[in-house]
Amino acid sequence: MSRTIEKPDFKTRLQNWLPKLVLSPSIATTALFVYGFILFTLYLSFTNSRMLPNYDWVGLKNYVRLWDLSHWWVSITNLGIFASLYIVICTVIGLTLAIFLDQKIRGEGVLRPLYLYPMALSFIVTGTAWKWILDPGIGLENTMHLWGWESFEFRWIKDRNFAIYTVVIAAVWQSSGFVMAMFLAGLRGIDNEILKAAQIDGASSWNLYRRIVVPMLRPAFLSSFVILSHLAIKSYDLIIALTGGGPGRSTELPATFMYSYTFTRNSMGVGAASAVIMLLTIAAIMVPYLYAETREKGS
Amino acid sequence: MSAPSQDTAVRNNRITITFIYVTLIVFALFYLVPLFVMVANSLKPLSEITGGNMMALPKEWTIAPWLKAWSTAQIGVEPTGLKPYFINSIVMVVPAVVISSIIGAINGYVLTKWRFKGDTIIFGLMLFSCFIPFQIVLIPMAMVLGKLGLSGSVAGLILVHVVYGIGFSTLYYRNYYAAFPSELVRAAMIDGAGFFQIFWRIMLPVSGPITVVCVIWQFTNIWNDFLFGVSFGGQDQPMTAALNNLVQSSTGVKEYNVHFAGAILAALPTLLVYIVAGRYFVRGLMAGSVKG
Repeated sequence: MSRTIEKPDFKTRLQNWLPKLVLSPSIATTALFVYGFILFTLYLSFTNSRMLPNYDWVGLKNYVRLWDLSHWWVSITNLGIFASLYIVICTVIGLTLAIFLDQKIRGEGVLRPLYLYPMALSFIVTGTAWKWILDPGIGLENTMHLWGWESFEFRWIKDRNFAIYTVVIAAVWQSSGFVMAMFLAGLRGIDNEILKAAQIDGASSWNLYRRIVVPMLRPAFLSSFVILSHLAIKSYDLIIALTGGGPGRSTELPATFMYSYTFTRNSMGVGAASAVIMLLTIAAIMVPYLYAETREKGS
Repeated sequence: MSAPSQDTAVRNNRITITFIYVTLIVFALFYLVPLFVMVANSLKPLSEITGGNMMALPKEWTIAPWLKAWSTAQIGVEPTGLKPYFINSIVMVVPAVVISSIIGAINGYVLTKWRFKGDTIIFGLMLFSCFIPFQIVLIPMAMVLGKLGLSGSVAGLILVHVVYGIGFSTLYYRNYYAAFPSELVRAAMIDGAGFFQIFWRIMLPVSGPITVVCVIWQFTNIWNDFLFGVSFGGQDQPMTAALNNLVQSSTGVKEYNVHFAGAILAALPTLLVYIVAGRYFVRGLMAGSVKG
């Protein structure tokens, strides 16, 4: 008798624990490799670690030094320029292409994949391609000269004041098709009846889009803003492949700054501090977004 | 009549339509030109690039740059070509994708069909890990890989990619399984089916589409990764890091044609996936951003 009671009891207990048991390696991994590592890097940012980590507490010294470095100011100024242009241009191109594609265009099936394929490439490939296309010697400038436009000049990639804009060009090339896909999905989700009703009321197509369609795309705007800004803050590969941070330091971003201070300039403490700033910036954007998304779904 | 394309109810006149088509085609060219430049110039002898027009087709077609990029080009100090690094990438990508997808599927299953107190918070914490700037984990990761004796090895890279791939794969499967009727799972439980039985017999058989999405996403991300590869790859660097080495090498003449051939080699696997399964690729991108 006691056995028959105990056995299902054990089985039920196992059934109750099994799911958590199965999930626990992932929880442990995330706790250690994500949050543990974040805390560790945070700790390092308060130490005077140089080539190797050490544990001599120096308080906020690294942060003070970081904000005193012109190299860091160049990086965050560049990030500001790059991120805002990248986000705005991608959004404008993405929205335009999506609206245009949505006009019952013949050949949509051919055009859409052409807009989107750059997203499948790595930033290293993108950077390599654009590095040579933007190179005055063999690229666009040379081509224009050979085609007879002798006075054409395009040497941004060699110019300290303009090189950051070439990064924008390459990054927009890679990501704008993706933004188009998000807006197109948003457009296809809008109820036709609303549009028809508005049209019966005599709205012009410009007004229809401005007053009704675009406001309804708010979720797509939000998602693309979040995704693009997080991509911008993480940008590392593209800089390395396209400009290597140059000419001089003119295209350094926080990600390249962090790498060089940590691994080549033997200032790990400052590198860690810059990584913490990067994380905080991304968290400021992602946490409210993810919180809203998961709450919405949970309810 | 519900056409697949939306009836936008906008009547466009001829000028507008022309303008729309011209814009769409100009942008198509903008996206295509770099690919054209890469392919065309990878098939030219070097003299045709330095003395010629990058937009022109080769006068003298040659596959020598491809062969050189593949097997004899100087990568770092060794004249090995990209071949060993291509193999490194494959050896790294396949297990990393398989393992992270399996873990993601099981996590998604637990988080939707065996819900418990606090599961949303756990999911949220896992989700946030998809978006952290990886700079924040580079230093401790380098130390841990060193302690485990995995630094500079493909095994180390597999570990790194699995660890930071779980978040996305869990996201995919969780959102997908959330739409699967829980009544079926409950009915199976009443019939005495256990945790793994339900997973094998009920959940996995319907997981085809999301598995394709997840595998494509992980494959693209891991294949294209550069930061981890260059930080932890050591001698066993993946393709992206090797390509960068090839292109940035400062010794000798810049062999643009070899660089372009190398770039296409590095892009080929993800491009092929995109051509074969583009639809799923798009779906993956969307699910990764807009939520499923």
